[in-house]
Amino acid sequence: MTTLTQLFSVAWYNLRSLPERKAAALTAAVGIAGVVGVLVGVLAIAEGFRRAMTVSGSPDVAVVLRSGSDSEMTSGLERDATRTISDAPGVARNAAGPLSSAELFVIINLPKRSTGTDANVPLRGVEQGAFDVRGNIRIEAGRRFATGRNEVIVGAGAARAFAGLDVGKTIKVGQNEWQIVGIFSANGGLAESEIWTDTAVLQPAYHRNNSCQSVYVRLTSAAAFQEFKDALTTDPTLNVKVLRLSDFYEEQSTAVTKFITTIGVFIATLMGLGALFGALNTMYSAVACRSREIATLRALGFGAGPVVFSVLVESVLLSIAGGGLGAAAAYLLFDGYRASTINWQSFSQVTFAFQVTPILLGKAIAFATLIGIGGGLFPALRAARQPIATGLRES
Amino acid sequence: MNASSQPLVSIHNVTRTFTRGAENVHVLTGLELAVADGEFLALMGPSGSGKSTLLNLIGGLDRPTAGSLAIGGDRVDQLSDRQLAAWRARHIGFVFQFYNLLPALNAERNVELPLLLTGLNKAERRRHVAAAFEAVGLTHRAKHFPRTLSGGEQQRVGIARAIVTDPTLLLCDEPTGDLDRKSGDEILTLLQSLNRDHGKTIIMVTHDPHASARASRTVYLDKGQLSNTPTA
Repeated sequence: MTTLTQLFSVAWYNLRSLPERKAAALTAAVGIAGVVGVLVGVLAIAEGFRRAMTVSGSPDVAVVLRSGSDSEMTSGLERDATRTISDAPGVARNAAGPLSSAELFVIINLPKRSTGTDANVPLRGVEQGAFDVRGNIRIEAGRRFATGRNEVIVGAGAARAFAGLDVGKTIKVGQNEWQIVGIFSANGGLAESEIWTDTAVLQPAYHRNNSCQSVYVRLTSAAAFQEFKDALTTDPTLNVKVLRLSDFYEEQSTAVTKFITTIGVFIATLMGLGALFGALNTMYSAVACRSREIATLRALGFGAGPVVFSVLVESVLLSIAGGGLGAAAAYLLFDGYRASTINWQSFSQVTFAFQVTPILLGKAIAFATLIGIGGGLFPALRAARQPIATGLRES
Repeated sequence: MNASSQPLVSIHNVTRTFTRGAENVHVLTGLELAVADGEFLALMGPSGSGKSTLLNLIGGLDRPTAGSLAIGGDRVDQLSDRQLAAWRARHIGFVFQFYNLLPALNAERNVELPLLLTGLNKAERRRHVAAAFEAVGLTHRAKHFPRTLSGGEQQRVGIARAIVTDPTLLLCDEPTGDLDRKSGDEILTLLQSLNRDHGKTIIMVTHDPHASARASRTVYLDKGQLSNTPTA
């Protein structure tokens, strides 16, 4: 009981004396807020990108590519193969037939609204089944494209990021003009970065004859995937690889997500080192300012442990306060902020919204706490080791 | 225990040597001192003579390089750091020249601090604090923060903090050194009263002959040795 009383009374006294050192304390807290703000900001980019890539990856949707290809860009499937895939066991059906979409994926150049510079935008040829296969496509303005016509619908993210993608306008790609007839959303997913048209119209425009690059299918259930996969991979007429859409998107997002996370952690580590020295400096100053008070407490009979604890508590609380401030600022500034970046797997722009998630905030506060412990430990030990008689003479 | 029985403080052949760079500085050498229970001892000597070092040794804030130091039968020189902290809390009340009150706490909370180490509950602590304030005549200022108190009042709070646990021994390091004559006299009167009326054993370091005159005995420290007369 007495030990606990000692711990908390010395820590409480220490915190009460904090206003006397408010300038140094504020400097340390603001420094840590900056570090945490940057960390959360950068990781929110990675999280937002990952979410955009994976949010629409339903486990009961599968994508089929040519064997050996690691993206749609490098894949190719002939018409016969796409029919075989659509008719495979495990594929869900409705009155119109199997829920499948043979798709073609090309890249076009469009100017960004923000800079006016050209960027790669994916133009995807889809079949009408694509809407049922994806299941999350919603027309926000206009209508769906009509089969057999040079009409496109534009993902909401692409419409926001690139100039001239408004309903009623036309875009010129090569020798062809395409009329924009609708804007669609996909629950914030990857499809929102794309422009969609009819596969059958896109094929001749890009001299692809009857070939496609991928087939998307909705399965009767997530459990039907293995049956579907086995049927295709054991078919001697096919040379394909079959993936759940969720796994495919996860795979497609890994490189960029890893890159952004690595950069973020690297920057935050460097800044964190700066903040750590800031915290060390603050706490050494705090200990130096309080050396007579600490010595007095120890002369009265308080042990070294409560002194160490009190310095650590101050350091950690300052860090958590700073971290909380930084995390809150990052949340207010970055959460939902829309941006686009290139996806290296498809060499095309992906639009996404920064995501400041609770887990991210938790990690940020944990990071701040580590800075607090690191910044408080050595000053705390110094405070505890200082000879009492020497401390009592300090002015 | 009274002044004629076994000494409360028994210091035998104590040496304290400090190392400064390559040099050993012998502050106390083979020192002998006995202080009886209930005595009010003034410890005088020139600056740098080792008065505060001796007081620190008696108070368990420092350890002798050699020799033995017993207080109330406890061999203080043989206690571990942890035991020494607990021993200080139980047996020693310190009064400092510059009061050493914690500025973020009011007078009442400052006085309560040593009681946090005793295991007393809040009501008991409150009762002890009130008694200590009454003893130093400062009950009306108990809620004030140190910065709003005069030097004399701060020293009274310091004395209240020193006596609140009813310690075996009061150690006063130049208790009037930072005060004007009038306030200093009041503090000395208070210390005298604690000694005469409450039987507190007091060891007081001072430069001031006027202060030492209030003590029941004065010893002089010079060049690491004690004597009963001042050195020329």
